[in-house]
Amino acid sequence: MDMETIRELQAYGYFFFTVFLVLILYGYVYHLYKSEKIGRRNYEKYADIALNDDITDAPVEKIEPIEEQKQKEEQ
Amino acid sequence: MQSSNVINYDYSVAKLFSYAAILFGIIGMGIGVFIAYQMAFPELNYLAGEYGTFSRLRPLHTSGVIFGFMLSGIFATWYYVGQRVLKVSVAESPFLMFIGKLHFWLYMVVMLVAVVSLFAGVSTSKEYAELEWPLDIGVVVVWVLWGVHMFGLIGIRREKTLYISVWYYIATFLGVAMLYLFNNMEVPTYFVAGMGKWYHSVSMYAGTNDALVQWWYGHNAVAFIFTVAIIAQIYYFLPKESGQPVYSYKLSLLSFWGLMFVYLWAGGHHLIYSTVPDWMQTMGSIFSIVLILPSWGSAINMLLTMKGEWGQLKENPLIKFMVLASTFYMFSTIEGPIQSIKSVNALAHFTDWIPGHVHDGTLGWVGFMTMAAMYHMAPRMFKRELYSKKLMESQFWIQTTGIVLYFSSMWIAGITQGMMWRATDQFGNLSYSFIDTVTVLIPYYVIRATGGLLYLIGFFIFTYNFYKTMTASKAIENEPQHASPMAA
Repeated sequence: MDMETIRELQAYGYFFFTVFLVLILYGYVYHLYKSEKIGRRNYEKYADIALNDDITDAPVEKIEPIEEQKQKEEQ
Repeated sequence: MQSSNVINYDYSVAKLFSYAAILFGIIGMGIGVFIAYQMAFPELNYLAGEYGTFSRLRPLHTSGVIFGFMLSGIFATWYYVGQRVLKVSVAESPFLMFIGKLHFWLYMVVMLVAVVSLFAGVSTSKEYAELEWPLDIGVVVVWVLWGVHMFGLIGIRREKTLYISVWYYIATFLGVAMLYLFNNMEVPTYFVAGMGKWYHSVSMYAGTNDALVQWWYGHNAVAFIFTVAIIAQIYYFLPKESGQPVYSYKLSLLSFWGLMFVYLWAGGHHLIYSTVPDWMQTMGSIFSIVLILPSWGSAINMLLTMKGEWGQLKENPLIKFMVLASTFYMFSTIEGPIQSIKSVNALAHFTDWIPGHVHDGTLGWVGFMTMAAMYHMAPRMFKRELYSKKLMESQFWIQTTGIVLYFSSMWIAGITQGMMWRATDQFGNLSYSFIDTVTVLIPYYVIRATGGLLYLIGFFIFTYNFYKTMTASKAIENEPQHASPMAA
């Protein structure tokens, strides 16, 4: 393969890789907004994890098994 | 509530690392100021024989502030923030408590031996990776202990979702682990070839490969210690201190993944116009420019968190430290990409503009954020209000003046230097010899050292304020929800 062909292939590779990365980036942004719109997840509520961080504060999203285990232990 | 009524967060390891951060801050910054004056007054090199020379002290300055001050600050905040955002106390797990304490004491032992070995001139001669192989093994053990604590705590958490700061701490852990291991692959010469002392080694890589691995490590040490771990802190401390939720949690996620992807490719900009392949230099430049986006994404997110609450800037010096930190983060993440453009780099490379740029980030962003975090933690860790708001205000302005003197003198010095190196007369001969540039730069070196001295004075004020908070300040009954209580 001559140098010219290699350079041409590199240029195509460069272009399509850039397009691919741009798609990934915007795809992720789309995923974030879409998840909120259809109610799959509310990302903004996670900001409260820092604000209500006392050990007695209720977790924003509990881990169930641990809590259940604790309740069993207490009973 | 259940049994958690009697559990409290345990800050014993956070306190230990806070003391370490102060100790190494004083040592590292003190040596920094001293070697800065050595640049201005070379006779200061001859005060203590070989032990007092610039070349012997410079690795002690960089290692002292990076692996002493900054890392201790990062560890201290992890042992504080980690528990709070995961809503689990270290006291609930005797194992993790033991690991935390072991982590601290082993870290101190490694640091002590590192300081002695660097003073003795034992060095691999790789910048920011000077420690010889036995110490590298010690560093790995310390790092693994931190990881055990981090993932152990995550394993017993009550909060299902990992707060964005935890993601950044995890990235710091994984990033540095990978970088450190690969860059410190070394051959112990005594055991392999019977050459040198038992602790001597040479890099496993040679020539250009060694340079490439070194700067992949060197630049990403900046990424994963100076940046990622400090973002972890600001994402917790600024919202918590101001009582404002992060402006956009989605933006924090996008910036996180952006930063993770882009940062690892940018190290090539340290090797522009060197013997590495041209495409690699170009890639380093391009990724450095792209890096503006995730960096500014985080910084703008922080500034917008204060939207509608800018009055707090007047009332609360802690907010002032953090907002300035975030502003300096923006400043140095625009300056760095500019320097990595090839044509700018042709002028800037090897000049004083580079240390100027580094110190924008380290003094303005990392230093301010670390101190603000410790100020925020102090009333919660010691159950006392902060000792003096006035001292904090004076510290803020003294240090800010110091930073401005530092970077402005280094801009002028660096650009002067670059212009003089490339100046030619009408026949194409170089107009100046190297020593001409040195002579011209001396006044700027004096200004730089004095800027550094102001920052160090501010650090002493911080130390005094922190110590008085621990020992003599008014006790508080309830933990403050948001703004830290402070005496006038």
